[in-house]
Amino acid sequence: MNSNSPAGMNLVDALTALNQFRNQAVVISTMGAAREWPRISNHPLDLVYVPSSMGQAPALGLGLALACPEQRVIIINGDGCMLMNLGTLVTISAEAPSNFVLVVIENGVYEVTGRQPTAASPSIRPVDSQVDMVEMARAAGFKNAHRYRDLETWKTEAESVLQEEGPVFICLECVPCSGDASITSPGPMRERLPRFQQALTE
Amino acid sequence: MYPGEQVTALLEQMNISHVVWLPDSELGTWEEALLRAPFLKLIRVCREGEAWAIAAGLKMGGKNPLVIIQCTGLFESGDAMRNVCFDLKLPLFAIIGYRSYLAQDKLPGDTALKFTEPVLDAWEVPYQLIKSQQELPLIVEHYQRCLQQNTPGAILLAEGKV
Repeated sequence: MNSNSPAGMNLVDALTALNQFRNQAVVISTMGAAREWPRISNHPLDLVYVPSSMGQAPALGLGLALACPEQRVIIINGDGCMLMNLGTLVTISAEAPSNFVLVVIENGVYEVTGRQPTAASPSIRPVDSQVDMVEMARAAGFKNAHRYRDLETWKTEAESVLQEEGPVFICLECVPCSGDASITSPGPMRERLPRFQQALTE
Repeated sequence: MYPGEQVTALLEQMNISHVVWLPDSELGTWEEALLRAPFLKLIRVCREGEAWAIAAGLKMGGKNPLVIIQCTGLFESGDAMRNVCFDLKLPLFAIIGYRSYLAQDKLPGDTALKFTEPVLDAWEVPYQLIKSQQELPLIVEHYQRCLQQNTPGAILLAEGKV
């Protein structure tokens, strides 16, 4: 597969680059990212947010970032999830946690349910009415907001932008996966969450 | 009707570290008292579902949050509450304004009154109804009971008395 396709990055490649530079940050993944993350990372500070409440991962991460100000927290959200809860951008910027990074995987579809276009998908919108999540994040008060369309640029800049003073917003344009998009929980939350909380204290 | 200073003193007894809220007109009268309380931080949300998720993140990180919303916000935020209280098994606690309970003639036919308690029953969230200032100490009692039983819990605060 061409990782630098004009239509966006391969999700696994984009996440692998993110993982390479996450250092000791918490990574909360949801939806398509949650499907792939356990194959990329097995870090004690990973929280694969499955089962989830769609749209709430950034808020969950905000609470954690406020509780643990010395701990960097990276949330990997879907664009459909982000659209479901845009107000949370304003909530986050009001609190302005310097340790908070919100990554949005933008593929224009609800991948898990069968790749139906979101309302923000260019494929269903008038040409002169495109949605730009990075501009929305900036307008909501994020001082650091970035968009990456190709893997090489993302790999080159990931290390620095992941360490910027938060809250940071990063949009990664990715192509939808072509195969089975369903998500499997990596295990019961009643077992995973205590392990994650223990890792937070170490 | 429910003085903010009295409520804030109760929250101090409960060791609340953060209030995550979207107030209604009764709960909103507590704002000054909450802002003055040195032991807690007030977090404002744009929609009630966020409140449960933020509180869950705070709880995961070792803090002791409280959600404060109106019952209409409870309806909106059901999935977020379900996820954090039952999937993640984080027993969160909330104070929920019970709109017009004490002045049912002001909003005749308000279905918030019809559905609030059945919804909490359906979500298996034990609740304590409070109908007067004198009953406010029940907040602490119910909170401690839920804490001991490791369950989520809610206070339904009857509103609407002039």
